Amino acid sequence: MQTDLLQEARRQAEICNACRYCEGYCSVFPALHRERAFADGDLTQLANLCHNCRGCYYACQYTAPHEFDLNLPKALAEVRRDSWESFAWPGPFARLFQTHGLRIAVVTVLGFALLFWAIRAIGSAGGDGFYAALSHNAMVAIFAPAFLFPLFSLALSLRAYWKSVGGQPLRLSHITGAFGAVAKMKDLAAGHGDGCNFEDEDRFSHARRHVHQAVMYGFLLCFASTSAGTVMHYVFDMHAPYGLFSLPKLLGVPGGILLTVGTTGMAMLKLKADRNLADAKAWGGEMAFIALLGFVGLSGLMLYALGSTALMPVLLALHLGAVLSFFLLTPYSKMAHGFYRLTALIREEQNKSPTPNPKPAAAA
Amino acid sequence: MTSPYDIAIIGGGNAALCAAMTAAEAGAKVLILETAPKAYRGGNSRHTRNFRCMHSGPLGPLVESYSEEEYFADLMKVTAGKTDEHLARLAIRTSEECLPWMQEHGVRFQPSLSGTLSLARTNAFFMGGGKSLVNAYYRTAEKLGVDVLYEAAVTHLQLDSDRIAWVDYTHAGQSHRISPKAVVVASGGFQADTDWLTRAWGEPAKNFLIRGTPYNRGVVLADLLEQGVQSVGDPTQCHAVAIDGRAPKYDGGIVTRLDCVPFSIVVNKNAERFYDEGEDTWPKRYAIWGRLVAAQPDQVGYVVIDAKSLNLFMPSVFPPLKADTIEELAVMMGLPADKLRATVEDFNAACGDTSNFHPTELDGVTTTGITPAKTNWARPITEPPFYGYSLRTGVTFTYLGLKVDDTAQCSTKDGPIKNLWAAGETMAGSILGQGYLAGYGMTIGTVFGRIAGREAAAYAN
Repeated sequence: MQTDLLQEARRQAEICNACRYCEGYCSVFPALHRERAFADGDLTQLANLCHNCRGCYYACQYTAPHEFDLNLPKALAEVRRDSWESFAWPGPFARLFQTHGLRIAVVTVLGFALLFWAIRAIGSAGGDGFYAALSHNAMVAIFAPAFLFPLFSLALSLRAYWKSVGGQPLRLSHITGAFGAVAKMKDLAAGHGDGCNFEDEDRFSHARRHVHQAVMYGFLLCFASTSAGTVMHYVFDMHAPYGLFSLPKLLGVPGGILLTVGTTGMAMLKLKADRNLADAKAWGGEMAFIALLGFVGLSGLMLYALGSTALMPVLLALHLGAVLSFFLLTPYSKMAHGFYRLTALIREEQNKSPTPNPKPAAAA
Repeated sequence: MTSPYDIAIIGGGNAALCAAMTAAEAGAKVLILETAPKAYRGGNSRHTRNFRCMHSGPLGPLVESYSEEEYFADLMKVTAGKTDEHLARLAIRTSEECLPWMQEHGVRFQPSLSGTLSLARTNAFFMGGGKSLVNAYYRTAEKLGVDVLYEAAVTHLQLDSDRIAWVDYTHAGQSHRISPKAVVVASGGFQADTDWLTRAWGEPAKNFLIRGTPYNRGVVLADLLEQGVQSVGDPTQCHAVAIDGRAPKYDGGIVTRLDCVPFSIVVNKNAERFYDEGEDTWPKRYAIWGRLVAAQPDQVGYVVIDAKSLNLFMPSVFPPLKADTIEELAVMMGLPADKLRATVEDFNAACGDTSNFHPTELDGVTTTGITPAKTNWARPITEPPFYGYSLRTGVTFTYLGLKVDDTAQCSTKDGPIKNLWAAGETMAGSILGQGYLAGYGMTIGTVFGRIAGREAAAYAN
């Protein structure tokens, strides 16, 4: 990881640790105040706990023009992005996309192209519905590896993260505690529950928390929809297309709407927010990722609405192309943040209630 | 000459904002004239963190109860009786209704911070500290229609017998004159004017650091005193503590405090000890060290601790100097090495049984046979590495101010000034003659800010 970013975060954390006024805002400060000195792993963990709510920035008496020049949300955002880049696997992809919106766009277009090609070259093999454009087997051949590879890659990255922050053996309570924090996005509500400071300087608002949850739950619903379809296909031999009152549609339609609305809202908030309180370099990469995720949702909805028209093959290629690019970019784009955040929150649950060190093995 | 404003409020900190919101809610059109740019608005309130509050039962973040009598007794302890009892009790009694009022106006509280558990019953901590309180109040004031001018430096209030006729200020390079119906002064003390501080204190004041805003230069205070407005307080009295000698000249705020004195020996630049470092629990005796250091040559002190004490106090903003021997540490701190070694050896030889050492209580672990004695936490300084800090006097605020009555109204020797009120540090000397009680400044500012706003609005309407 980049030592200058870590050094700057360390400098700021040491000032915060002598002040402690922000202790009530989020998970970062109680974690920070437990330390007296900050090793690289401590800073990596703090950075991944930070949700960039900016409450601490606007409350801080030491922001520029003060000579201490504190901007903890920015310092931690930079360490955070650097940590994802250093843990990403395989290494050659690590620094290609987090800060490069254009490259995300290029991958997306390549995704479209691949799907158009597949539809032309492989075709239906006599299927119905969407399978009339591209056969089920072809879809599986493309998407099974595109889904499994990012999971494998992320697993390696998270293992490296866990090692670097000194993670301990897991217990169920650590995991349930962390999921509880994520489910409510507690760290975007501030300790007083009034929300965060994002789109309008020091005004507290739930806007970002709400659009974030729309995106997160929208994505999870869409994912659940796909999973339900897979199970119905293989286990119950019930093949697409599914009607409105089928499980895939009941999950997928609201999911697609939430995803589309949430990403639009998130992009609008990001346009209003001060870029200098985050990792300004990554702004383009983050916006491109939001656009891609939003397009996945929107194109899915359009495919549902216009699936029985002549536009279907084109929409199918666009939707599946976007999904393909999204999956493949997951370990190298902002999407990775969800996995790291969750891991950091699990680690924080361990730190909050440390288990006693295992007894040393009896001498043989 | 007319003004679109009923009330001009001079200053932009807690007291000014409480006055502005109260007056605006009473229907007055209010203008805040804040000298500082927006980034530094809020005066010393930016650096505060809590509000000392009387309460008869659990209230907001406060546990149990804190009676008027107990609160008043705590105050008398630190001011050695130099307290205006009537005004002090008014502030104490009113504090209880202030806490919910603060919440209604946007302030959010948090449980007592780590390291301040001793204040959980008496002091309500602002979530995010004083700047977040200031931010919330500006938001609320602006919603109530209060106008705010930043970088508006008031240069003169014209006193015509028993009323303020006009206010002169500069803003964006231009001079302005307005004639509001009423004026509230809430622009703090004069501690950032080093020349004034030096006139009051003598040459040593040039070496003092100012813990808070550089904008409290006492311009309006001096202007009013010149015109015969009644003052109160001793110009040599200020709230001063010993802070990290490497702190910036202004605005170092809370992080520059050092909590290590009880576990240390403190020497002057001649490497001589000069006071009992273990007199009382920190931070009770925090405030006296400002004056003790001010009385030493060059107004500087040096703290020496050893490895076993390093983790007993809150982390410092700047890391301590560190050396393997006392002599090396002396060289790093610019002290005579032989003398420092001798002082440490004498001290170590005077230490006795340390088995009752208890870092958070008066443990009675004392020295014998040296002067000054160290009467608690006296453990020999023997375990390398050794650590050192320099200490300087850090001034929080001055006590010389405007004398007010229980309606926050100012006066001349001929009687009250009909349209002038004062609130906050600029009149805190009316209540506190010396000493300081944590969180009481915000109590005075909130209570008297609200009174001044109410009275000014009643007059203007």
